[in-house]
Amino acid sequence: MNTKRKTANSFYFALLLLLSVIFLFPIYLVLMNSFKSKFNIVGTPFEFPNGETFVGIENYINGINSSGIIDAFLRTAFITVGSVIAIIIFTSMTAWYIVRVKSKFNKAIYYLFLFSMIVPFQMVMFTMTAVCIKLNLNNIFGIIPVYLGFGSGLSVFMFSGFVKGMPREIEEAAMIDGCSPLKTFFLVVFPILKPTAITVAILNAMWIWNDFLLPYLLLGTTDKTLSVAIQIAMQGAYGSIDWGGFMAMLVLAIIPIIVFYLICQKYIIKGVIDGAVKG
Amino acid sequence: MEKNIKRYFPVFVLPTLVSFVTVFLIPFIMGIYLSFTKFTTVDNAKWTGFDNYIKAFTQDENFINALWFTVKFTVVSVITINFFAFLLALLLTRAIKGTSFFRTVFFMPNLIGGIVLGYIWNLLINAILGIVGLDITYDARYGFWGLVFLMNWQLIGYMMVIYIAGIQNIPHELNEAARIDGASSFSILRNITIPMVMPSITICLFLTLTNSFKLFDQNLALTGGAPARETSMLALDIFNTFYGRTGWQGVGQAKAVVFFIIVATITFIQLKITSRKEVES
Repeated sequence: MNTKRKTANSFYFALLLLLSVIFLFPIYLVLMNSFKSKFNIVGTPFEFPNGETFVGIENYINGINSSGIIDAFLRTAFITVGSVIAIIIFTSMTAWYIVRVKSKFNKAIYYLFLFSMIVPFQMVMFTMTAVCIKLNLNNIFGIIPVYLGFGSGLSVFMFSGFVKGMPREIEEAAMIDGCSPLKTFFLVVFPILKPTAITVAILNAMWIWNDFLLPYLLLGTTDKTLSVAIQIAMQGAYGSIDWGGFMAMLVLAIIPIIVFYLICQKYIIKGVIDGAVKG
Repeated sequence: MEKNIKRYFPVFVLPTLVSFVTVFLIPFIMGIYLSFTKFTTVDNAKWTGFDNYIKAFTQDENFINALWFTVKFTVVSVITINFFAFLLALLLTRAIKGTSFFRTVFFMPNLIGGIVLGYIWNLLINAILGIVGLDITYDARYGFWGLVFLMNWQLIGYMMVIYIAGIQNIPHELNEAARIDGASSFSILRNITIPMVMPSITICLFLTLTNSFKLFDQNLALTGGAPARETSMLALDIFNTFYGRTGWQGVGQAKAVVFFIIVATITFIQLKITSRKEVES
């Protein structure tokens, strides 16, 4: 590598470093302010906490006590895990079935699933809420089949794409040996689907964990999820917002996502690329 | 074998299909019907023909405002996000140390939920404007550019990852051959890199397009539409019509149908373009 390129590269390195600082700054600002007393956040947001303004973890204690954020956290985790498991199991089964059994009806369902991906949520939000309330799906258990319904478009599409490229011979051999279709699917097919299952799981988990409008409409303000709890904390008490507690809530909402990201980064990036190419 | 599997329809397909039909298909059909009626709940609809559609465009200036705001926001976001994402992808595919660290940092904001993102930027922008004694609701321009910055912060890393994958797929020999022939870096970019990553560019353009057009959470958290309704985008305007104005639910549903038609048209154009590109290559 010649010197000209080396100088260019160190310049680019410095530029990227500067950009990283800019990218991390908003998160740093929230984190720093979460340790300041609530009266010093609005007035002097850029000042680093000092002897006078530093309050330790007081904001975290207040934020946790007043907003029910721990409950919201557990609720969101339950809904996300439950829905993702349901989506992975049921949509992979459906995708395998409609690819393997050729019929006009199955083709029609496949295109309906595809169609659902282009419909914005606002189109169905009012009527869907009414239907779900009638069916008593407006609770943290009932919302799982609701997510299965809304998640099925993308998930069936992605699983089908994979199944179409899978050889039939192994499945046929298993069935000739006397395995039922159900056993064949779970013992032979599903293990082969695993890479796609991870991608589908990550895409759905990111969506459900952060989702706001659907849980807001179905669970309302009593069974708050994280996003709903944050929105309520901000809108609920105009004029008397506890900025300290609010900053702490934001930090508590961000930390698990960042930890999850740092652990599963490889899969998340792969999921994004696969999802983009197919979606 | 097919016959054998066929009998298992209730086990394999029914759970997914029943959920899908209940929460999506039936509400979708009801939604189209209700857009032609006056109603406050789904049970008391009265047929009114195209009344709601006419009202949405003539008696409700918020809708037209929201439509323009959304279009302007989408155009600016799509251009800036893709420009910066592509630039970063070019930088991160050079032999610079720390590329995986930088990629990690730039991608991170994408995972944070829209509501949280909105409030992070609300704090940051109000902190900056606070220096001159203003806040984000003072002028619609602040809200507009705030949303553009937020959207860039969230989506640049995502698009960058897709561009990086595209650039890394270019066969190495192409660049080498061009360099040996004495092509400049700019000419390599113009004649090799950009044409070769065209599929990624199409994907990213439409991902940013639909994501910006359908934006809701970030809009709600950053400005909530303030001042007045000037920074409401379409999705937020539809939400406010449904839940903020009694007797206007039908108009809200009509707006939602218009919204759906616009989004579907964009997607349809995308599919046409992508399939044509695939045939060409």
